[in-house]
This record gives sequence, C-alpha cells and structure tokens, in this order.
Amino acid sequence: MQVHTHTYDVVVIGAGGAGLMAALYASKKAKTAVISKLYPTRSHTGAAQGGIGAALGNLEEDHPEWHAFDTAKGSDYLGDQDAIEFMCYQAPEIVYELEHMGVPFDRTSDGRIMQRRFGGHTNNKTGKPVRRACHAADRTGHMILQTLYQQNLRQGTHFFNEFYVTDIVFHEGRVAAVVAYELATGDLHVFRTKAAIIATGGFGQLWEVTSNAKTLTGDLPAVVLRRGLPLEDMEFFQFHPTGIYKLGILITEGVRGEGGVLINDLGERFMDKYAPTVKDLASRDVVSRAIYIEVREGRGIGGGKYVYLDVRPETVNKYAALDGRTRPDGSPYVVTKEELLAKLPDIIDFCKTYLGIDPMEEPIPVQPTAHYAMGGIPTTLKTEVIRDEHNTVVPGLYAAGEVACVSVHGANRLGTNSLLDIVVFGKVAGKEAAEYAKHADLASLPADATDLTRDQLERLRHGTGGERVADIVAEMKAVMTEHVSVFRTEEGLTEALEKIRELKERYRRVSITDKSARYNLELMEAWEAGNMLDLAEAVTLSALNRRESRGAHWREDYPKRDDENWLKHTLIWIDEEGKHRFAYKPVVITKWQPKEREY
Amino acid sequence: MKVTLKVFRYNPETDQRPRYDVFHLEAEPNDRVLDLLEKVKAELDGSLSYRRSCAHGICGSDAMRINGRNRLACKTLVKDVGTTIVVEPILGLPVLKDLIVDMEPFFESYRKVMPWFINTDPPPEKERLQSPEERERFDDTTKCILCAACTTSCPVFWADGSYFGPAAIVNAHRFIFDSRDQAAAERLAILAQEEGVWRCRTSFNCTEACPREIQITKAIAEVKRAILTGRLD
Repeated sequence: MQVHTHTYDVVVIGAGGAGLMAALYASKKAKTAVISKLYPTRSHTGAAQGGIGAALGNLEEDHPEWHAFDTAKGSDYLGDQDAIEFMCYQAPEIVYELEHMGVPFDRTSDGRIMQRRFGGHTNNKTGKPVRRACHAADRTGHMILQTLYQQNLRQGTHFFNEFYVTDIVFHEGRVAAVVAYELATGDLHVFRTKAAIIATGGFGQLWEVTSNAKTLTGDLPAVVLRRGLPLEDMEFFQFHPTGIYKLGILITEGVRGEGGVLINDLGERFMDKYAPTVKDLASRDVVSRAIYIEVREGRGIGGGKYVYLDVRPETVNKYAALDGRTRPDGSPYVVTKEELLAKLPDIIDFCKTYLGIDPMEEPIPVQPTAHYAMGGIPTTLKTEVIRDEHNTVVPGLYAAGEVACVSVHGANRLGTNSLLDIVVFGKVAGKEAAEYAKHADLASLPADATDLTRDQLERLRHGTGGERVADIVAEMKAVMTEHVSVFRTEEGLTEALEKIRELKERYRRVSITDKSARYNLELMEAWEAGNMLDLAEAVTLSALNRRESRGAHWREDYPKRDDENWLKHTLIWIDEEGKHRFAYKPVVITKWQPKEREY
Repeated sequence: MKVTLKVFRYNPETDQRPRYDVFHLEAEPNDRVLDLLEKVKAELDGSLSYRRSCAHGICGSDAMRINGRNRLACKTLVKDVGTTIVVEPILGLPVLKDLIVDMEPFFESYRKVMPWFINTDPPPEKERLQSPEERERFDDTTKCILCAACTTSCPVFWADGSYFGPAAIVNAHRFIFDSRDQAAAERLAILAQEEGVWRCRTSFNCTEACPREIQITKAIAEVKRAILTGRLD
C-alpha cells in the first residue's frame, strides 16, 4: 500500500453535524482537514427529522432552565448537569446562529421560528408538554446538514471524502497523526496533525432493527479502545419507540408531538397507564418499555411484536379533545389532513413507500428501533478526550456529538437534544482544537504509524479461514437484539458475551473475495465488522456490570434505580488480550438532586 | 417470489470491458432493490461494489439505473419493478467500479452556482424574520439530497457534461427564492451563462427521476423567468 503524508493543524474525523460545525470553527483559525468515509451530505445527521430543542419561547412561555431540568430528568439523573446547563443555555443562541447561516426553519405567522412539542420537554410549572422543538418540516437534520456543508464549501474547508480513518497515532501521549485508508485507490494517508476531533456518530448497526445508517459501525470508538483509552457509559443505548415495523426506519416523535397516539391490539391508548400526565410524549425509554410490555403481555397487534402509531386526523382530534389540548391562542386543538401533510411530508412518504399505507387513512405499525448511543468517548466540558476517571486530558484529542460522552444525555436522551448536542459541542470542539493548535507544535511521527492499519487490512485481505463476514455480523446482531436491548438480565447478558467472544474468535478467520485496490468496500465492511464486535463486547460488559435499572438500561433482575451505588459513570477499558477493567466517575450535580421520574 | 437480478459489472483494474452478472434470488415483494444487492454481496459475490448508507432515501448514496430508469435502490421495491431487474450505474459520469461512478463532476457543477446562504448584513440578535409564505416559496427545492438521479437522467447532460444540470439549478433555486438571501442576482448571472439554464430542453426526465418528487422542471422554468424578467415573484 502506497503511503501519502499530509500536515494539518486540525483534522476533523467525520462530516455530520458535529464534524461540519467543528470544521467551520476550526478552519477560521487553523489549517483544517475533514476526513469522512462518506460524502459529507450522506451523513446520518440528514436523517434527523423532528427538530432541534431550544427554549426560544416563540409560541408559549419557556426557559433554558426548564430545558435543562427536563434534560437532567430525562437522563434519569445520570447526565452531568454542568454540561446540560451549558448546552441548554447555549441553545437559543446556536439556533439563531443556524438560522443566520440559512437553515430554513418553518415559521410562525409573525415570521419567527416555528416550534412543536416533543417527548419529555415540559412546562415546568404545569408538567404539560411545551413547544420547544424548532423544526424545518420533518427534515430538520437534512436542512442543518446541508447548511453546514454549504457554509464549509463557502469557507473553502479541505475535504477528504470516502477516506476511512483506521487509526490515531500518539507520541508520548499526544496526538501525532491520523491514519486513513482511501477507498478510491486503496492507498494509506498519514495526516500529521496537532489536534484531531472525532465526530463520527453512533453505532446502531450492532442491532438487527435500527434507525441508523448501514455505515454507523462505531469505527472510531473501536480505534480509541484499541489505543488503550476508555469508553464511557456504553450500557446506555437508546431504543426509539417508533421505528417502522421490521425495517426500523424512524418515525419522528414529532408525529406524537402533532397529536399521534400509540394504540394496542385492544384499541387502547395504552400510554395513559404508563405516563398519566404527558402520555405519548413521555421520554423514549419509558415509551419503548411500555411497547415491550404491551407486546409481551399479548397486546401487540394481532399478538405480534408491534403496536400502532395512529396519526389519522380523526384519532388525533379525538384524543386532543379528551386531553383538553389547545392551540397557543387558547382555541381547541383540531388538525386537518392538509396540516399534517404539510408538517410530516417525509413520514407520509416513508409509509407509502415502504409499507404501502397512507397514514392519513391507516395507522402505522411500529416497534422500538436501536437509535442512539448515549455513551461513547469520554470528554470534558471543553470536548477534550480524557484517559481516566480523574479527567486527565489526552493532549490534542477532542470528540463531539453522538460519538462522545460529555455527558449531556446520561442514561436516556430526549428527542431534539441530539441536533442541539452536535452543533453546541461541535462548535466548542472546533474552537478548542484550533486554540490548542495555535500553541502546540507537531508531535514526532512514530516510525510504525501505519503498522496497525496494515496488519488489520492485510490480515483481512489475505485471510483464508473461510469465515464469512456477513454471517458473523448477522449472528452478532441477533444476539444483541435478543439479550442486549430494552430488557436485560444477567443470564441473557452472559450468554451474549460468550457469543460475542466466540464471534471475535471466528472473526480472526475471515476471508474476503475482493482483492482489488479500488473501491474495495468488501474489505472495509470486514474491517467495520471488527469494530462492531469490539463495541458489542464493551456494551455487553458494561450492561452486565451495572446492577441497577436506569434510563435505557433496564435490568429485570435489578429493576430499581440504585443511586446509592450507581449514581456514577462507567468507564471501560479492554486491552489487547481482551481483558477488561472498569472505573467510575461521579455524576456532576449542580441544581437537581435525583428523584423518582414521573411523566 | 423468484427474481432475476442482472447487474452491471466493471473493474477497470482487471476487466477489459464491462459485463452483466446474473443472480437468481428469492425475494419478498416488499424487499428493496438495495436488499437484493446486499444479499448478493453478503452471500454470492462480495466484490460487487456500490455506495449505500441510510437505506431509506435520505442520504442520496445509491442512485442507480434500475430497469432503465434512475432511482434510489433503497427506495425501489421489488413489487414495483417486476421479477427481472437490471441494475446499472447512472449515466454521464465515469464508472469507477461496478455501480460506483465518479461524483466529482457533479459536485463541481453544484459548487459553481454558489450553493450557500449569503446575507452580509449584520444579523439581528434573534432570527431573521420570514413569513410562512416566503418560506413556502422555496420549500420544494430544499428537499434535494444531491443523489444525481436528475442530472444523470438529462439528455442534455449526457451530450455535454459541462451543462450544470438540474441538481445544480435546483440548489441555486433554493437560495434565489429565499427572501433572506442577497445573492440572487449573482446566481442568476451564473445560470444565464452558456452552461446554465438555457441548455434545458424541458424533457422532464429530471422531474420523473427525482426520488424526492421535487418539481425540477418547474424550478428551472422559474429560474429562466427570473433571468428574463429580473423579478423573483
């Protein structure tokens, strides 16, 4: 493999919302490159639908403090409240900044940014849902991604598209270089750099049914783990309540924000039982568990593994009347088909395309879908990656967005907070990395910079063991879905761990057929499979370790939250021999002492 | 149901010329064409190469010719295209391997129309105001996912790749008709050039190809009218 060398001040890895926001800020002050395994506009930020949370108060009373409290409560009190407050107080300003960059938000009649209701976001005085999600139809993520990419083009940011970052190389503990594989040629590139920002998103591909893109395989968390750094809170993975049955394609919470309700086989609006105040707009962990329980107790549709999401105007209006829901002007909430069509065009298109149904005429079959990693690469509030429970910073290394754990989402993320997270912390990362690069010099490049990458890729390319990548991935997804999803037990998790370790063993004997240099996607998918197995192990070990139930991590054998023993973040390390160890970091509490969550 | 999948194959590294490989598969009517490709890649021929990511029509990676028509493989169901399915790369861009084409000429045209928001006034403390009607004016063209299905279905683009093509014009339209943007005149001047809108022959191929159902021909007509009248209504 030919090797090319580049030199930059800042290298951004990943070109979704966090990476592009970081690049926009870093490239103002420092020589910056963005490396992405996809064309930037293919990033999964573009799939975010419902909105970005900010207490603008454009339609009714709202305050950043309410947003922060809702986020802390939604996190089941595992989120770090200093980070949560920072994000929620930054939110209005950053939404205005996005608007100034050109994001075409929907508008109120007086020309301001339109807002809708979303799960877990409440008026803190009444406990009722509040209009906090700023939206652009049901393609808010698409609009933000396009806008950030466009502004980067305007600014002349250097992009390396379809380059897979395979390694980060350190010298004396500092970032020295980022190693990447160029898909078009099969060549290696060494990007010597002062600072690197990891912004590669999540890893929903560990599960069978997921809202995540096929490319969300957790490559960089796996790289970080291999380089001896810890991952944080990996046991907390969010299952979004409403994925299209079997396909997992996301149906935004905005559908329930506009008045859609979940219905079981008996025709009951069952969220009444689980969350009497906010009902269908409870936080996602609560709603996903409710659906699982309904299915388990035989009230799935036709006894199957799904329920209905009903957004037909007559259903919406019926339950809005029962709830006494009103418009901002005090008039009763009554929707028309035309209004829903205008607010949810993509959702309606998905249902027509993939299910052959019109959600204005029929309810949508939905099931929980693997959606979002609350855990990830641990960072400080300034997005600096840390190497231990004492917050010791790794000089030159930053992480932001879903790949990072700062931690604003704790044990469960609220809808609309992911788009907020990526722009708020992407911006911090860009500024901090550029500032760091101004004062740092380039670290010496170790002579063996590309060795680990070569070893991995050559072994896969020349493997003759006959194991097929697709089989290993399918078996991993099956066991993760069976035992490491919404409900967990010691027995199931132990079984999953054994299976994952068996798969890791088999992975060493993988063979591929494509030996060519150009666009060898088979090779890269094999490499991604190795990353997924490493993360599956980290997730399962962390889930096995945490003997309590909190947020998205529900242990049937430990069904209570245990603040005395577990109000703390998990850090996990896995060494080359596969041995793991844990350490713990305290949760930062500023204002809100943990109490029982009720919705 | 049984389907026959005929796939264009070409690796310039090893192949003298392109060929078609035929695969016989068991499929469900609701399977996506992408699911079939994934099945071939996983079980029958790992070297089959194509781009894909989100798998639900949002990221724009997997535009290809399916039975002679540009579509997204992830948004095309078997039941909609029948039991014999021919899959080929989109036309007019160099084939790099199998279904993967060089997208760089496409993005180069995109970049030429200044596809970014421009307003040089100091921004207000809060949002710039825009009425729902003003926002609605350019809504359709904000849907573009840059998949290239439109541009590579255009006979003018096939004949001469220097034509900006429908996707670039759609993205210019998105800013030209945004009441907050200040660079409409510059963009209209670019689009009035030789490579611009006047090459469009209104064949409607682009509108038919768009997986986002953008009324592309209408958008191009609106840009033409704006150039002629100097007005943005």
